[in-house]
Amino acid sequence: MANDPVTPARPGSKGNPEGKKPPTAEEMIKLISGSTPHSRELGLEVVHSARGMAIMRLPWHERLVGNPDEMVMHGGVVTTLLDSVCGMATMSARQPPERIVTLDLRIDYQRPATPELDLFARAEVTKMTRTIAFLSAVAYQDDPKDTVALATGTFMFVGSRRKRAGKGAADKKP
Amino acid sequence: MSNTLTARIGAAREAGDPNAMAEAIPYARFLDITAALDGDDLVACMNFNQRIIGNPILPAIHGGTIGGLLETTAILKLLWMQETVRIPKTITITVDYLRSAGPKDTFARASVTKLGARVANVKAFAWQDDPARPVAGANANFMLSPA
Repeated sequence: MANDPVTPARPGSKGNPEGKKPPTAEEMIKLISGSTPHSRELGLEVVHSARGMAIMRLPWHERLVGNPDEMVMHGGVVTTLLDSVCGMATMSARQPPERIVTLDLRIDYQRPATPELDLFARAEVTKMTRTIAFLSAVAYQDDPKDTVALATGTFMFVGSRRKRAGKGAADKKP
Repeated sequence: MSNTLTARIGAAREAGDPNAMAEAIPYARFLDITAALDGDDLVACMNFNQRIIGNPILPAIHGGTIGGLLETTAILKLLWMQETVRIPKTITITVDYLRSAGPKDTFARASVTKLGARVANVKAFAWQDDPARPVAGANANFMLSPA
């Protein structure tokens, strides 16, 4: 994710210079749930999703190795899985779903991923304010209790930016 | 396998070619991350490819790959600086996402804030058009393997 989508289209908006329409929340959910080019490339899939939570699976592949000495998956792959599953959980937390961006993601590695096993991740929204969602997530392989990594994520609902747009706060500055 | 990696990293440093180090890491090849020297400093580049798109509507690069670029850059920097040829193990990494990353090449630099005997702290940042407008930053702690 980490998309800081362009400002929602308004007549005469300067925040959307390329004139592209921002995706709707439904499109975003479809995107993150395995139909983006990168998700397809990785074979990322949603195993389960409910309001404010999600479980995703990332199949093992040799090309995702970070340390060929030990055939351990690269941290970037774990980051991608955790970012995706946190994004999925965040978007499903609101009805109707809202567009989101990742603010930050912290990952604590508890053990190296075992070679040749798929990686799973489960994320849950622990607290939600009007604009921010706080998430807790875990990555694991065959045993959900034997965690590979713990993650804490912070996501922002950008649908709510529209309300401030009129006050000139809708520029793309972070 | 082990000797191959050790030998490749060692040879890359001998030859002054950080890109040979990047090529020794399968995931870096998968993301098409290359590395070069800018003076003494290592600069990595994640060459744009449609496969790393995370949001085709905007379009924007997947944030996970930006995290992967930052972590890889930190690892390459440590390998470049260190005596050891073992790949450091990530203990923690925090990625701050600052701007949307468009469909183009993304660059990254890393600086080692502390290089201890066992642990190193590294900060990295990524940008596209202008280093003064980073798309993401990371702070990571690594466990270093003894040489």
